[in-house]
Amino acid sequence: MAVQSAPETMEQVFKWEGSLDDLKGLVSERAITGETMLLNMGPHHPSTHGVLRVLLELDGEEIVTCLPDVGFLHTGIEKTIESKTYEKGVTLTDRMDYLAPMSNNMGYCLAVEKLVGLEVPYRAQIMRVICLELTRLNSHLVWLGTHAIDMGAMSVFLYAFREREMILKMFETLSGQRLMGSYMRPGGVWRDFPEGFLQTLESFLEYFQPKIDDYERLLTKNPLWIDRTQGIGVIEPEQAMAWGISGPSLRGSGVNWDLRKTMPYSSYEQFDFNVPVGEHGDVYDRYLVRILEMRESVKIIQQALKKLPAKGPFRSENRKFVPPPRAELGQSMEAVIHHFKLWTEGFSAPDEEVFVAIESPRGELGVYLHGTGGTKPRRIHFKTPSFVHISSLPIMTQGHLIADLVAIIGSVDVVLGDCDR
Amino acid sequence: MSIPQALDPAAAVKAAFPDAIDDVREYAGDTTLVLKPEYLVRVAQYLRDTKGLVYNVLSDVSAVDYWPDYNRPGRFGVSYHLLSMLYRRRLRLKVYLAEDEPTVETVTGVWPGANWLEREAQDLMGIDFKGHPDSRRLMMPDDWQGHPHRRDYPLGYETVMFSFNAEEIMKHKPRATE
Repeated sequence: MAVQSAPETMEQVFKWEGSLDDLKGLVSERAITGETMLLNMGPHHPSTHGVLRVLLELDGEEIVTCLPDVGFLHTGIEKTIESKTYEKGVTLTDRMDYLAPMSNNMGYCLAVEKLVGLEVPYRAQIMRVICLELTRLNSHLVWLGTHAIDMGAMSVFLYAFREREMILKMFETLSGQRLMGSYMRPGGVWRDFPEGFLQTLESFLEYFQPKIDDYERLLTKNPLWIDRTQGIGVIEPEQAMAWGISGPSLRGSGVNWDLRKTMPYSSYEQFDFNVPVGEHGDVYDRYLVRILEMRESVKIIQQALKKLPAKGPFRSENRKFVPPPRAELGQSMEAVIHHFKLWTEGFSAPDEEVFVAIESPRGELGVYLHGTGGTKPRRIHFKTPSFVHISSLPIMTQGHLIADLVAIIGSVDVVLGDCDR
Repeated sequence: MSIPQALDPAAAVKAAFPDAIDDVREYAGDTTLVLKPEYLVRVAQYLRDTKGLVYNVLSDVSAVDYWPDYNRPGRFGVSYHLLSMLYRRRLRLKVYLAEDEPTVETVTGVWPGANWLEREAQDLMGIDFKGHPDSRRLMMPDDWQGHPHRRDYPLGYETVMFSFNAEEIMKHKPRATE
C-alpha cells in the first residue's frame, strides 16, 4: 500500500462545500407516496454491533436513506462523573468503550493531569504505552472477528477470540479484571507490572505475530471477501475530514493522520512505527489498515519492552495528587494525612477547561474537562469516535445494498457504549 | 507546494473582526478565543478558509452549565474544539450564552460534522442551535422533558421537600421544553 505523508499543503487540506439538506434526517418524498419501503433494522440485530437502530428507506434492496438512531445505551456517564472525585471517575470511563477500556482511562487521566499540571514519570509513560497497544490489539481482534462473522466468515471469529482471550488474561494479572481494570490512574498506573508479566507478554508477542498472517490468509486474498468489501462504503478524504471521521477509518481514505505521530502524548514520539494508509476509502482498505496497525502495535510493544526502565516509579510521587502506598502509612504521619485527604475529599483542580485527544483504536477520543476549583469536575465531555462514525453512516451507505450496510457498519468499527456513553 | 506561514489565530481574528473577540485565554497550552455569539459562524468560516489558519476539522462541541452562581458572562458556555491538520494545532472557540435564551447559530454549514455534536448539546444541555437542519433529540426519547446534563437536573433522587425549602426546590424542577 502506498504510504502518503500527512496533509502538507493547502491543496491537501480539503474543504467541503455540501448542501445542508443532506443533514436534514428525513426520508425522501418517495417514501411518503409508498414508492419506497421503510424498514427498521435493530436495535436488536446481530450485525449492528450493539444497540444501534437504523431506519432504512429502501428501493428494492438498495438503500435510499439511512437514518441511524442512537441513545439506547445512554447511561449518563458524563453526568455521573460530575459527582465523583477525579480519581474515582476513572472507573466510569472503562464502561464507555468496553472494548478499549484502557484508552478511555488514558484520555481521562491525561485530561486530569493537564488540568492540575501533574507530571507522569517516564517509566509509567512506557507502561501506559504497552497497555494502550495491548488494548488496541484487543479491540482490533474483536473488530476483525465480528466484522468477518457479519459477512459469513465464521472461523476468523474463533481464531481472533482465542488470541484476545490471552490478552484479557494478561489484563487480569495486571489489574485483577479482564475487561474493566481501571489500571491507569491520574499520575501513572495503579501498580507495578506483576512478576512474570513481561515474560508472558514477550512470549505472547512471539506467538501472536504469525497469527496475523493466519487471519490475512483467510481474508486478504479471499475472492468472496474482496467481492464483498472492495468499492463498498467509499468515503472521500475531503468528506471524511469535514465530517470529523478519525482513526483507521480516516486513514483508510488516504489521509495520513495519527495522533500518536502528529501530536504525540505519553512519549509516543520516541517510538519508531509506520502509519498504514489506504487509498480508496472503502471497506477493504479500512480492513487492511487495521490489520497493518496490529503489526505496528506489536512493533511498538517490542520497542517499549526494550525502553522500559527496570526500576523507577510507576506513578507520580506528588503526594498532593497521588495517595501514598500503604506501606508508608505505618511509618509516616504525613502519609496518613495524605491518604485520608485524597481518599475522602480528593484533590482540587482549578476552575479552568482543558481538551486532550488521544488515538484510541477507533479514532480520535477527545476529552473535555472543566474543573470547579473544588474536588469534583464541573463538566466532562467525551467526543468519541463511534459517535462521529455513526453520524456519518448516511453518506457512506447511499446507493448500497442492505448486505453492504452490514459490511460498512463493521468497517467503521463502532461500539455503542462508546457512542452513547 | 509550500505551506504558508502559520498565523496567530487570535491576532488574525482580531484583525478581520475587531469586535468579535471578548477575551483570549491561555491555560495549560490550550488557546481559547471567547467570542461574541453573533460572530461565531463568521469567525468559524474565516478560521477554516484563511491561509495560515486552516482549521479544517471540528473535533468537538461541548456545552457547560455554570449554574448556580456563575461568575461568567452567561450561565452556559459552548466550546468548539478546532483542529488544524496542516499546522498540527488546536484552538478552542468559546461563547457564553444567557440563561433565559441559550441560543447560538449552528456551524453545520462550516463543518457538517457538527451535526450530531450540536444535536447532543441541544438534547442534553438545552442549547438552541439556530438554523440546525435536524434538531430532534438524539440520546433521550422524543417526548423527554428537561435536559439531563444541566447542573440543576435531579440526579436520580430528590431532596425531601419541607416547608422551608419547598420554594427553592420547585424553582429548579425541570420544566417542559415547549
